[in-house]
Amino acid sequence: MQTTLEPQTSFEVTNKGFYGHFGGAFIPEMLYPNVEELRQNYLAIIAEPSFQAEFQNLLTDYVGRPTPLFLAKRLSAQVGATIYLKREDLCHTGAHKINNTIGQILVAQRLGKKRIVAETGAGQHGVATATVCALMGLECIIYMGSVDIERQKPNVDRMRMLGAEVRPARSGSQTLKDATNEAMRHWINNPVDTHYIIGSVVGPHPYPDMVARFQAVISLETRKQLLEKEGRENPDYVVACVGGGSNAAGAFYHYLNEPSVRLIAAEAAGHGVESGHSAATTALGKPGVLHGSRTILMQTEDGQVTEPYSISAGLDYPGIGPLHAHLFDSGRGEFYSITDDDALKAGFNLSKQEGIIPALETAHALAALNYMSLTESDVVVVCLSGRGDKDLSTYTKYL
Amino acid sequence: MTLTQNRITDLFAQKSERLLSVYFTAGYPQLTDTRTVLRGLQQAGVDFVEIGMPYSDPVADGETIQQSNGVALENGMNLKTLFEQLADCRTEISMPILLMGYINPVLQFGVEAFCQKCQEVGVDGVIVPDLPFDLFVDEYKTIFDRYGILNIFMIAPQTSDARIRFIDEVSDGFIYMVSSASITGSVSGISDTMLAYFERVRAMNLRNPRLIGFGINNQETFETACQFANGAFVGTAFIRHLQEKGTSAGSIQSFVNSIRA
Ligand SMILES: Cc1ncc(COP(=O)(O)O)c(C=O)c1O
Repeated sequence: MQTTLEPQTSFEVTNKGFYGHFGGAFIPEMLYPNVEELRQNYLAIIAEPSFQAEFQNLLTDYVGRPTPLFLAKRLSAQVGATIYLKREDLCHTGAHKINNTIGQILVAQRLGKKRIVAETGAGQHGVATATVCALMGLECIIYMGSVDIERQKPNVDRMRMLGAEVRPARSGSQTLKDATNEAMRHWINNPVDTHYIIGSVVGPHPYPDMVARFQAVISLETRKQLLEKEGRENPDYVVACVGGGSNAAGAFYHYLNEPSVRLIAAEAAGHGVESGHSAATTALGKPGVLHGSRTILMQTEDGQVTEPYSISAGLDYPGIGPLHAHLFDSGRGEFYSITDDDALKAGFNLSKQEGIIPALETAHALAALNYMSLTESDVVVVCLSGRGDKDLSTYTKYL
Repeated sequence: MTLTQNRITDLFAQKSERLLSVYFTAGYPQLTDTRTVLRGLQQAGVDFVEIGMPYSDPVADGETIQQSNGVALENGMNLKTLFEQLADCRTEISMPILLMGYINPVLQFGVEAFCQKCQEVGVDGVIVPDLPFDLFVDEYKTIFDRYGILNIFMIAPQTSDARIRFIDEVSDGFIYMVSSASITGSVSGISDTMLAYFERVRAMNLRNPRLIGFGINNQETFETACQFANGAFVGTAFIRHLQEKGTSAGSIQSFVNSIRA
C-alpha cells in the first residue's frame, strides 16, 4: 500500500485536540471544568522531574518494565518472517493497560483528586485501575457492562479483591460503550473530587494524547531492544490490535514519523464484517462523535450508535481513538478485520507454538500475520498486549 | 454579533418572570405522540418547549430520559420523521420550540440541512449539550445565523465567572443554567450550594435571561428557581408523568398546574 506522508508533526495532536479531522472535546458544559483543568495541566505535570522519576520508578519496580522483546522462532518459521513479540502480557496485572493507569493516577494525585472512576471492557483496564488505586490508597469505582461482567468473571473478582466497587452498566448492549457512558455520567455527577481514568486513546482531548504518551513506552523500548537484537531500530512492520487503540498507539508512537515502518492495526470483525455482528470500525464506520471526540464510528444512517459485537470484550467498541481514525484516513495505518474464528485459531496457535496464551484481543493482532503477505527478510513486531488467563472460559469452549 | 430575532427573543421581550419550559422526547410514548404532547403543553399554558431528539447514547441524561430516548428510537423516531411531524405545526402552535439532543445525529443529517429544516418547520432554537460553544463558534455559528436558529448554551456550577461572561457575550436568546453538577433526573431538592450558585450568577447581571434546569420537579423547586432566574425547565418529572398518567390534555394540564400554580 502506498502511503503519502504528511509533514512530521501531522500525527501530533493540535492545540485544540485534533489529529487531522478527528479529535476535539465534544463534552457537555458540566464536564468542561474537569477536562479543561486536565488539558491545562497534563503536559506540565508529565514534564515535572518528580513525576518522571516516580513514573519511571513504578514502571520498573512495580510494573516490571522493560518488558522483553521475544523472538518467536517457531511462529517465525510458520509465518515465514522474523516475528518479535513485545511482551506487554508480562506487565503486572497482565496487560499494557497499567502503563496508562500508573501515569494517570500520578496525574490525578497532583490534581488533588480523591476518587477514581473508570470504565472497563475486558476488565484489564478495570484491574489495572483498581491496582493503582490500591497502591495509592484512592477510592475506586469501575463501570462494566453486564455482559462483560459475565464473560470476564476472573477480572471482576480481581477488581473486588483489590478493593474497587464494580458497578454494572445495564443500558444498550451492556458492553464497553455503555460502561463508558456510565463512567462519564458518574464524572458529571462528581466533578470536583473525581478523576476519570479513561482506559484507551479515546474520549475528549487531552485524553487520547495523554494516554498515548503513557503507552509510548512500548515503542520506546522496542526501538532499543530491536537495535540490540537486529542491529536496527526500525522493524518493517508493527502489528497491534485496536479496540480504542491504546496498545496500538503505544506500539506505533515512536514509529509514526518513520515511513519505512508499516503500521498494522487489527480490528475485531466478530462473525464477519458484513454479518451484522462485528466491531470492525474502519470497515463499517463513518465520521461521527462518540464519547467526546470526533472519530470513525459505527452508526446508523440517522447517527445512532450501532451496537458492536466481538468475542473479545476489549475490542467490542463501536469507535476507535481519533489518532487511529487519522492514521486510517491518511493511509498511514493499514487496518485488517479479523473474525472471532481467526482470532481463536491464532490464540490456540500461539499457545502451542510458543507456550504463550494470549488475550483474545491480542489474538486478533496475531491473526493479522496470516493476511499480511510477508517475506523471509521482513522483521515484524507484534504487540502482545495481554495474557489470556481472563479468557480461559471462552477459549475452553473451543478446545 | 448578529442578534437573531425570533419567537424566543420576542417571548423574553414580553415576559421575564416565572417562565416555564417543559421537555419531552419526540416520538414518546408512541411515535405519533409528538404533536399531541406539544398541543397539550400549549393548551396548558407553558411558555415554550424543548423537544428531545432521541439518541442512543445520551451521556448527560439519567435513566428516565435515557429510557424515553430508547423507546422513541424503537418506535422509529428520527430527525426526518420529527421534521415531518412538525411540518405544519405553526398552524396551531405559537409558543417557541427548541430542539434538544446530541450532536451526532445532527452531524449525520448535515448541520446546514438541519438548520434549514428547523427554519422551515418553525423551530426557533436548539440545545446540544455535547456541542461545546468554542467549537460551535469556530465551525457552525455562521450556518445557524444564516437560518436564524438560536443555539442555547449551558452553564454549570463549576463554570468560571470569566467563562460565564464569555458565554453571555456570544449567546442570543437565553442561558441555560444547569442547577447542579449532575445528569438529568439525578437530584431532588435545592441545596444551599445550589442556592449560592444561583445567587452568584444572578449577581453577575448578565445581558441574557437565565432559566434553571435539572432537578426542577415540583412547585417548590420551580418557585425557588424563579426567585433567582427568569424561569425554569422541567424534564424528567414530565417524562415520568407521561409514563404514569398518559398524554391526554387533562393529564398534561394537571402536570403543568402541579409545577406552576
Ligand atoms: C489485552 C488487551 N489488549 C487490547 C485491548 C484493547 O484496548 P486498546 O485498543 O486500547 O489497546 C484490551 C482491552 O481491554 C486488552 O485487555
